[in-house]
Amino acid sequence: MAKRIAITGMGIISSIGKTVEENYNALIHQKTGISIIENIETIHKDVIKVGEIKLTNHELEQLLNLPKDNNYSRTAMLGAYAVQKAVEDASISNINEFKTGLISATSVGGMDMTEKFYYEYFEDEACQKYISAHDAGDATHKMAEYIGLKGIVTTVSTACSSAANAIMIGSRLIQSGQLDRVIVGGTDALAKFTINGFKTLMILSDTYNTPFDNERKGLNLGEAAAFLVLESEEVVKKQNKKVLAYVSGYGNANDAFHQTASSENGDGAYLAMQKALKMSSLSTNDIDYINAHGTATPNNDLSEGRAIVRVFENQVPEFSSTKPYTGHTLAAAAAIEAVYSVLALQNNVIFPNLNFKNQMDEFNITPQTTLKEKEINHVLSNSFGFGGNCSTVIFSKN
Amino acid sequence: MEQNYKIAQHCVIENNKVFLNGVEEFSSADEQFPDFIKAAYKIFKSNYPKFFKMDNLSKLSFLAVDLILKELDLNEEDNDIAVVFANKSASLDTDVKYQSSIANKGEYFPSPAVFVYTLPNICVGEISIKHHLKSENAFFVFDAFNAEFMYNYAVNLLESKKTDKVLCGWVEFFEENYKAVVYLVQNNGTLEHNIKTINTIYNK
Amino acid sequence: MEALKAELKGKIVEVLNLEDISVDEINDNDPLFGDGLGLDSIDALELIVLLDKDYGIKLTDPKEGKTIFESIETMAAYITANRTK
Repeated sequence: MAKRIAITGMGIISSIGKTVEENYNALIHQKTGISIIENIETIHKDVIKVGEIKLTNHELEQLLNLPKDNNYSRTAMLGAYAVQKAVEDASISNINEFKTGLISATSVGGMDMTEKFYYEYFEDEACQKYISAHDAGDATHKMAEYIGLKGIVTTVSTACSSAANAIMIGSRLIQSGQLDRVIVGGTDALAKFTINGFKTLMILSDTYNTPFDNERKGLNLGEAAAFLVLESEEVVKKQNKKVLAYVSGYGNANDAFHQTASSENGDGAYLAMQKALKMSSLSTNDIDYINAHGTATPNNDLSEGRAIVRVFENQVPEFSSTKPYTGHTLAAAAAIEAVYSVLALQNNVIFPNLNFKNQMDEFNITPQTTLKEKEINHVLSNSFGFGGNCSTVIFSKN
Repeated sequence: MEQNYKIAQHCVIENNKVFLNGVEEFSSADEQFPDFIKAAYKIFKSNYPKFFKMDNLSKLSFLAVDLILKELDLNEEDNDIAVVFANKSASLDTDVKYQSSIANKGEYFPSPAVFVYTLPNICVGEISIKHHLKSENAFFVFDAFNAEFMYNYAVNLLESKKTDKVLCGWVEFFEENYKAVVYLVQNNGTLEHNIKTINTIYNK
Repeated sequence: MEALKAELKGKIVEVLNLEDISVDEINDNDPLFGDGLGLDSIDALELIVLLDKDYGIKLTDPKEGKTIFESIETMAAYITANRTK
């Protein structure tokens, strides 16, 4: 790798906390954020569980000090909150001082508002302001505006791997010298659109999700936003910044099998992991922890498990999915999991895969089920999205 | 030093016309998009029954890519062609259709087949499935066509030897307003791969 | 049950966008999935929605679909036994 990509700041809001510390505390105390949905009136309320952020939209508006006539969707508000926290964490006082960009990922965009006001748009002028907030790109632009950023802004929309791809693109823009600094991550709010969609695909569980368990029934949806500040080594040196961790490798590949299911042997996952390892010049032995995509659907965990065994053979390191804590936060997933990967590196700890009971019939590996202290130098994080888009990012301490 | 890459093939589909490398290969004046694209699919003998299950964005992307890749010698296993697509409306056209299947509180029947297409990158997935493309793939949402971004992304992939072919595309579809501009970047070809040429292809 | 089978064939072609196939080409006992009509997992889910929407039958386990949707014959038999609409 030509230039190393330093992570100098992180911001996160999820169902297990609205700061990095709160998230970390929940992780080490095994406190899940999965609950019954409250902010949305859905007919499926009693047959699903979600990783919901227990703040109403009004509370988010207040938290962000937004003016009364704002037209931020919930997705945009979560994103703006997390992006601001990341910028603060990176001690950035002048956001436009260096060539800086923002790359955000989303799948919901402003759909949470659109579905709320769909019928009222014709009658009630007051809610028409949300029409222009619908587009996936609008949330990103609002976030940029919120922090006063004037540089490159773009949005990635590749489903559940989106935020990992945002991290990749951001890293590349720094490596090619087009940017000195870039804020990358993702945001998605819960919405009926998504809940109903996943329900009709029959991959939601009616109870707490159990990744890599033989009896797993499906996923719990969640909402979250998280962003990392990536900076080139030169800029870090210039400002004498503290570095939290490094992005040392990444890979992306297409599974080329089905629009929403993964191939039996996890080809896309396998290729993505191999590419990331190759790029980082690390061997499989160097990986101390895998933060798995682990959504707890029958299909993903089998496919991903097989791919992990193909890559690591009989030396699979400790692995766990943190989705029992937060639910599957879709386009934000890879971003919150990036934050958790950095926390694992900083604290030399492996987070447990909650709710696990039964080893899967198909292979011999089981996830790490208890909190484990171990020297962690390299973490591999997987995120696989619909459309066969498979991404892996490797984070390193040095 | 940056190598000079070439655009080997390009396909533009707009206003019910299909152009391959600047030559009009098919047109149909009066029909709505679904009829137009079906007629084009038949004329070009794409022969892929799953085409009919796709949404408008995927059908548009599929056809443009099919015409370009027909010229290449692809295998059944794993073809190393990266795919980098972008548009303005993401999957909005299909989002609206899906929303209408859950709009009426009395007749609440979300369609799984429609839901699948409520993500813009599914069109890239469809292309990957048909042509066995397991290389890098991405989908961006921009306010307008961004030739500079696409140029840089493709060059980056090629220079870093992640692949030796990149399919770049702008595939926009929303409510009968559509435009597909897809081009293949590689080592050899007739047109120079630069921002000016890309914009020319887009604006023709 | 003949009328129901004919009705099902029509609905399947329409709902699943089977453009190339006409209703006459579908035989009662042809396998719908795999080698027969070549339907896939998303099609199975659409058929589950169809059962609910048109016949008032709610399936909660997608695996049940495997036997029910084996052919037009098995579908019609199941619907006849369980329909509420």
